[in-house]
Parts: sequence; C-alpha cells; structure tokens
Amino acid sequence: MTSVVKNQIVGDSTMNQLKQTLLSFNTRAKPVLLPVVGIVIFLFLWTLAASSINTSLGKFPGPSAVVTQMGNLYNEHNTEREKASAFYQRQEERNAKRVAKDPTYVPKTRAYTGKETFLDQIVTSLITVMSGFILAAILAIPLGIAIGLSKNLNTAINPIIQIFKPVSPLAWLPLVTMAVSALYVSDDPFFAKSFVNSLITVTLCCIWPMVINTSVGVASINQDWDNVSKVLRLPKLKHIQKIVLPAAIPSIFTGMRMSLGVAWMVLIAAEMLAQNPGLGKFVWDEFQNGSSESLSRIMTAVIVIGFIGFLLDRAMQKIQYFVSWDKSSAKL
Amino acid sequence: MSTLLNISKIDMVFPTPKGDFTALKNVDLQIKKGEFISLIGHSGCGKSTVLNVVAGLYQATKGGVLLNNKEVTEPGPERAVVFQNHSLLPWLTCYQNVELAVKEVFKNKMSPSEMKDWINHNIQLVHMDHATHKLPDEISGGMKQRIGIARALAMQPEVLLMDEPFGALDALTRAHMQDSLMEIQDELNNTVIMITHDVDEAVLLSDRIVMMTNGPAATVGEILDVNLPRPRDRIALAKDPEYNQLRSSVLEFLYEKQRKVETISTKKTPKTKVTEVA
Repeated sequence: MTSVVKNQIVGDSTMNQLKQTLLSFNTRAKPVLLPVVGIVIFLFLWTLAASSINTSLGKFPGPSAVVTQMGNLYNEHNTEREKASAFYQRQEERNAKRVAKDPTYVPKTRAYTGKETFLDQIVTSLITVMSGFILAAILAIPLGIAIGLSKNLNTAINPIIQIFKPVSPLAWLPLVTMAVSALYVSDDPFFAKSFVNSLITVTLCCIWPMVINTSVGVASINQDWDNVSKVLRLPKLKHIQKIVLPAAIPSIFTGMRMSLGVAWMVLIAAEMLAQNPGLGKFVWDEFQNGSSESLSRIMTAVIVIGFIGFLLDRAMQKIQYFVSWDKSSAKL
Repeated sequence: MSTLLNISKIDMVFPTPKGDFTALKNVDLQIKKGEFISLIGHSGCGKSTVLNVVAGLYQATKGGVLLNNKEVTEPGPERAVVFQNHSLLPWLTCYQNVELAVKEVFKNKMSPSEMKDWINHNIQLVHMDHATHKLPDEISGGMKQRIGIARALAMQPEVLLMDEPFGALDALTRAHMQDSLMEIQDELNNTVIMITHDVDEAVLLSDRIVMMTNGPAATVGEILDVNLPRPRDRIALAKDPEYNQLRSSVLEFLYEKQRKVETISTKKTPKTKVTEVA
C-alpha cells in the first residue's frame, strides 16, 4: 500500500513538473517559436507558389533568389563605392600635379556621377520621408492645437480638411511637380527639384491625420484639467505648454504614427511615378531593365521596404513611450 | 466677525434646446472668515452649480458673489477648488503638480528656495512626503485627493472650495481623510465650502450645514448650526446626544421634507415583479 501511495506522490510530482515546464514553455518559448513557425510556413508556401509561376522574365523569385540578390546588391554597392573613391583619388592626384606645375591654377573638383546603388536609394527614400514627415509635423501640430482650442476656427477649417483628407497625394503629384518647377527657380539649388517634389507629396499625405488627431486630442482634454488651469489663471501660452500639449501627446502620436505609415507607402509610389530618386525608382528601373534578375531584385526591394516600414513604426512607438505620460497608449 | 464671502441672491438659468432651465433660484448665503460650511442635498439639486459660481467657473444669471466686497467675475487662486476626482495632471509628479500652482500664484513674491520649502511644507501637511516624486498613477485614490488638497492649500486661498472631495473614496479612507482635514483645519482655520452627500461627514466637519431643496429652481432650504466643541472625535460623538440630534435633523430634511419621489418609484417597479415570480 505504501508503494501505491509513493507512486501516487511520485506521479503527482512528475505531473507538477510537467505542468511547470508547460507553463514556462507557454510564457517563454511561445513568443519566439510561433513566429518562427509562421515564417517557415510562409517561406515554404512562397517557394511553392514561386516555382509554379513562369513569367516572360523567368521564374517568379523565391526566397533563395532574394537572398542571392541581397548579396549581389550589397557587393554592387561596395564596388560602386570603390570606383567612386578611386575616381576622387585620381582627380586629387591630377589636381596636385597641375598645381605643382602652375601655382596660379585653381583646381576644379567634379562630383562622381556613377549610378545610385540600392543602398543609396534606401538612404534617399529615408531622408525624403523623414523630411516630409517633420515638415508636416511642424505645420500640422500648431494648426491642430489652434483648431482644437477654437470652435470657430474648427468650424471654418473642418470642411477643407474633410475634402482634402481622402485625396490620394499621388493625385497632387503632377500639380506639385509643375508648381515646384515654376516656383523653385535657382541656378544652384540647395535641394534637388525631385527631392522637393517627393517631400511635398509626403507632407501633403502626412498633414491631415496629424491635424485631425491633434485637434481631437486638444478638444477632448479633460474638463477638470482645464478648470485647474482657469483657477490658476495660467496665461494662454503657459496653458498650452503646461496643460494642452502634454494632455494631447497621446493623440498627437497616434496621428504621427498613422501618417508615417501612409507616408512610407505613398513615397514609394510617388518615386515610381515621378522617377524621383529613391526605392520607388529602383523598383521601376529594374522593371524597365527587364533582365532575368529584375524580378528577384524587385522582390528584394519589396521585402526591404516592408522591413523599413516596420522599423519606422517601431521607432515612433519607442519615441512615444519615452515622451508620453500615458504608457498604455504607446503599446502596439 | 464680518462677512468674508457673500453669495447674494443668485439665480442660475441654463439655456437648453427645450427652453430655459432654472437650476438655482434666489440662493442667498453669507459666510464668515474661518467658517466651515457644508452644502448638502440630493444629487442634481445644484450644489455643484453654487460652488462653480463661487469659483467663477459659471456666471450667475442674476445676483452675484462678493468676496471681501469685491465681485467675483472669473476663476482665481484666492478661491482654490478641490475637485471631486482629484484632477491632478497625470504627467506631473505630486511635487510638480503642487509646484505648478505655487509658481503661478507666488510668481514674484517668493524666491525659488522659498517656493521649494512652501511646496514641501504643503505636501507634509497632508502627510504625503513619502510620495513626493511619484506620478499620480502610482498612488492610491486617497493619496491623489491628499495631493489635490495640498495643491489647493498651497495657493493660500481665502476660500477653499471642495466639490465632494471624498466622494470617490471607500468608507475607511474617507474617515481617515476627514480626520486629516479636521487636523489641517485646526491648524490653518481656513474658510471652507464643502459639498457632500454624506450626513455624518457634514455634521462631523462643519460649523454650519446648508441644506438645499430639490431642483429645478433649487434654493437654500434650512441652515443648521453645529456647535459641537472642537477637536471632534468621531467615536466619542457617535454616542453624543447632540450629535445624533443634528444628524437626525439633516436626515429628516433630506428624506422627509425633500424626499425624491420619482427615483424611488421607478426603482420599486422591477422589485415587485421579482416578488411575484418568487
């Protein structure tokens, strides 16, 4: 009988251990394992689908083709950089020689005019999207605060916002291009015209969600906080700085995150349409190129675009977490 | 003592889509310096409206409020308000919440080090010095209300207005807060108007209890003088005949003279149905 009891105890403890391991599996391993399983299944299905699609440019690219292209694109970038530095070195040597011969000679330096690599295009797109986004924030947040604080201003401006908000910024693109080439006239422009075009397109698409979210956040500020400010007789500017702005930070960031996501999508499309430098141009150039490698290079770009979009959102979320008092609103 | 605050025959009319709604009619009340006044009445009778008019957040339609013989036209720190749900700014620590008030009220009157001492003094007064640098979300409801009181006291108001300051707290915390408030009041002898629903709280804390009739067109129904000696002790008072006499007269006013008929009858209907089923 004692052995039976013993067995039962042993059985219980092994059961407990099993439960414990299952629990730790649930809490620790699951968040890592499940995404891995998801990715593996996705890669498998992608390979399967890719191998059964034959295009005039060869087979649809599968995961392995993308990995190969990632390596290729990186190597191309390196060789291009080597070429560039070799060019500058030659130029320097040549100039030094001429100056040695004739001290009155003023050396000319010319920029290297090689093809932009994939990495260059990524950097261009990132700079464009961030500049457009920041410009939109500089315009939209003060405007949103003004609209949120004044009902009259809200009534006056709201119809305009409601009409322009649903317009795809791509529809603006021809108008922006023409307006920029008419107005932005300078012999030695500090910014390239194509950059200004893309930037304004991004700004146009970022501005509406930011204005709307900021004004809603400001207008729906807790009445008690407003009363505190009134009892203290805070001056208008201090009221905005101490009460309104912190109170609206969660909604401002919601608007910013929304618009940054849309901006990234729109920018790629705008670059494709307008042939402005950036990832969109890379995709379009590869498509026009039509080599047997084009599709796999485009597929690589697609994945990189997605990954960068994800990182941008994550970065905004992190900033929100540090800036906002309402930590729950900064979660995914 | 002369009158500090004169609520002089105020009417309050709110325009609504269905026509004008008269919330207050001829509310008249004179308060002396150092007096503790409770406003009691059923919900919706306009207690908060009275307080908001005194605070300057509303403008009376007729009549007006005089503080030191000067008319009140806008909110101001000399009439500090303790709001029902603490209304601390959640992005500021307890210290910073009080600091915001002190910096604004004593802008050119105190040096930075004097301000710092004054802020800490007020936080100590409400026994919150252990949580000075915590955010409001990190402390309990009672503690938040203490900081709310500290912020109001730090403005050195001529009249302290409290809108159901302990209404959202549990019974034990509330009793504790009432004791703290009495202790502070013994020290500072502020002029206070407090709105409450709680009969015991009113009798325990007040010098006078102002009982309001039901709205619409609510007004001051009766005023009860509470002459119980201070300091008051809730346990000793529980057996005190005078205390119980006062308590029952407030209850009588609320539940016999100003009984809210309609709400009770609507609540009764589902109950009778239950008994039928049973």
